[in-house]
Amino acid sequence: MELTGAQALIKSLEMCGVETIFGLPGGAILPVYDPLIDSPIRHILVRHEQGAGHMAEGYALATGKPGVAMVTSGPGATNIVTPIANAHMDSTPLVVITGQVPTSSIGSDAFQECDITGITMGITKHNFLLQSAQDIPRVVAAAFHIATTGRPGPVLVDIPKDVAQSTMTWWWPETIEELDLPGYQPTVSVNTKDAKDAADLIAAASRPVLYVGGGTLKSQATVELLAFAERTNIPVVTTLMARGAFPDSHVQHLGMPGMHGMYTAVMAMQRSDLLISLGARFDDRVTGRLDGFAPEAKIIHVDIDAAEFNKIRRADVTLQSNVRDAIVALDAALVTPPDLASWWTTLRDWQERYPLAYDEPENKGLLRPQAVVEAIYERSAPGTIVAAGVGQHQMWAAQHWKYESAGTWINSGGAGTMGFGVPAGIGAKVGRPDATVWVIDGDGCFQMTAQELVTARSEGIPIKVAILNNAYLGMVRQWQEMFYEERYSEVYLSPDLPDYVKWAEAMGCVGLRATTPEEMRAAIDTANTINDVPVVIDFRTDSSEKVFPMVPSGASNDGIVVHHSQRDPS
Amino acid sequence: MTPEPIETAASPANITHHILSVLVENKAGVLARIAGLFARRGFNIYSLAVAPAEIHERFSRITIVVDADSAPLEQIVGQLNKLVNVVDITDLSPTDAIERELLLATITTNVDVQTNLMEVIARANAAIVDVDAHAVTVALAATPQACDDFERTLAGFSQVELHRTGRVALPRLGRPANPLAE
Repeated sequence: MELTGAQALIKSLEMCGVETIFGLPGGAILPVYDPLIDSPIRHILVRHEQGAGHMAEGYALATGKPGVAMVTSGPGATNIVTPIANAHMDSTPLVVITGQVPTSSIGSDAFQECDITGITMGITKHNFLLQSAQDIPRVVAAAFHIATTGRPGPVLVDIPKDVAQSTMTWWWPETIEELDLPGYQPTVSVNTKDAKDAADLIAAASRPVLYVGGGTLKSQATVELLAFAERTNIPVVTTLMARGAFPDSHVQHLGMPGMHGMYTAVMAMQRSDLLISLGARFDDRVTGRLDGFAPEAKIIHVDIDAAEFNKIRRADVTLQSNVRDAIVALDAALVTPPDLASWWTTLRDWQERYPLAYDEPENKGLLRPQAVVEAIYERSAPGTIVAAGVGQHQMWAAQHWKYESAGTWINSGGAGTMGFGVPAGIGAKVGRPDATVWVIDGDGCFQMTAQELVTARSEGIPIKVAILNNAYLGMVRQWQEMFYEERYSEVYLSPDLPDYVKWAEAMGCVGLRATTPEEMRAAIDTANTINDVPVVIDFRTDSSEKVFPMVPSGASNDGIVVHHSQRDPS
Repeated sequence: MTPEPIETAASPANITHHILSVLVENKAGVLARIAGLFARRGFNIYSLAVAPAEIHERFSRITIVVDADSAPLEQIVGQLNKLVNVVDITDLSPTDAIERELLLATITTNVDVQTNLMEVIARANAAIVDVDAHAVTVALAATPQACDDFERTLAGFSQVELHRTGRVALPRLGRPANPLAE
């Protein structure tokens, strides 16, 4: 069967099981958009290429399937660089197709030419510049194989216009060998001796903690984690990337660790004598100042990526494996779990003294942002998916929502990409149309990518957006208040400019505003009854609210600052 | 005029160096991938040599002398191994490897230095590979240490130019190399 390169590309995507592409056409990718008309693949036309990338990420995080985005060359390609970098930091499986100028023009500074494989070399798991149409099936299949196996990540395929226009004889690689990746062997199996050594450490521990990271979600290990945690009675913390990997309602869950983690989760790691790291990477936002981090803890480090071992913190036992297989092996090797009664006494005491706290919810003036998050949680269906931008609102959404299952928390962790929330929420809703999707956003973040609500309205993707409008770049404001003597530099945004209700309405959405607790509850209930168009609620929140607990940047986790109501009078 | 080195690098004699023999797919951009990885992770390359590999034309062998003080060798190898085009990495510890490097130098000659220069060349087992009325070009293929010594000796003469290739290495016979990754 003779096909054009463009037809072969679309057919290859179909062969890889792609149901949705997020994208925006342009000159160099034009040939590929023609056969797309005849394909069963749904294409979602975004308003900015960054939106396409974050939607693909949201789709991947909500479904576990790879997200796919397609854009043109030059600025189309550079506009999707941020989502690629974001997916790289958070190990999100992504396949990004970019158009490229014809091969004969490459290197000539042609119109809309840019070296996107060069630009993305350090922020993709791998990338390809297609040289011939005959190679398209192999390269597309390889891209999906690389993106979804081992430690997942973004893969970019750059297709020059003439390659898309030339013809090829259709074929499809049936085996891994035909992908021709001699340097890529992602399959690893647990070393039983290492598992035995790790189990011995667990059996001997008196203050162990299961330090659960994003790899636990990536390897779909939540069932195994729950069983292992319950058998061993070991306390669990879930990192920002792992919210939902272990039920927040579970008595063994201490919450999120890190810079804005729960006091007990942070201190449990600090005082631990054994951290069992499951697909986590000792990120600086979790460890605080490294030389003061968990000084007495031995480390069992489970990761599919061997390069994570001993990168930040030296491990006593390493297990190169996906988290699921590793937990199964640990469970099999562990004969007698340790007695943790006295450890739990300590932990319960901390939990009682230092619960999550904020000033009284029924604020007389403006809304408490934490109360808004809690109200949305209480008034929305179980299993609601939350997507967030980056900043204070993200931390409140991570702290005050109760995540019970995988794929219900979608955020930008490692990269900290402002503007992630709205497009990621749209992508999540596309992937799981039956779930309610709330985007909990900040006013600063919302202004970066709000135009994708036009996409959401026109494509029939009814997400709900809660803007915690405190009129500031709130997290920067918090740092300036706490560490720069309240010298506020370039952080004020105004609560009224733009008018978020009018803006929402102009984009075809329902726009609501809430200033009082009554209006807040009414607006949330209204939003939850609207299922045909997106809803945006402008919640007017108190700008003086800060995220606590907080480990100041550069400080040891021992220097954790709790809410003022919990501080010693001294 | 002595050309300014782009970055001052200590001689491997003074640093903890390792020789990584890296088998890569011979694909466009693979050298950029490796160089880019070293640059963005802050690993120092002391020298680097690339040539088609012996086993098949689709592979190349890159011999990288790395400064293991700039980052733990385990990190360097771990990150390198994640590059999809990297097929195999072998760590050649300097004590277990045969290392060779080629040095080429052009030196101005005149009657005053001629005899002295000839002695230096002979003592180093270097070869004169080109000559004209005012200069000679000498070549030395030897251990990196011998090349270091020869370079130091030549510094006493009026040099026009001096180039070194960076080393290539193979494991010593009877001492199996340490395959770090496949």
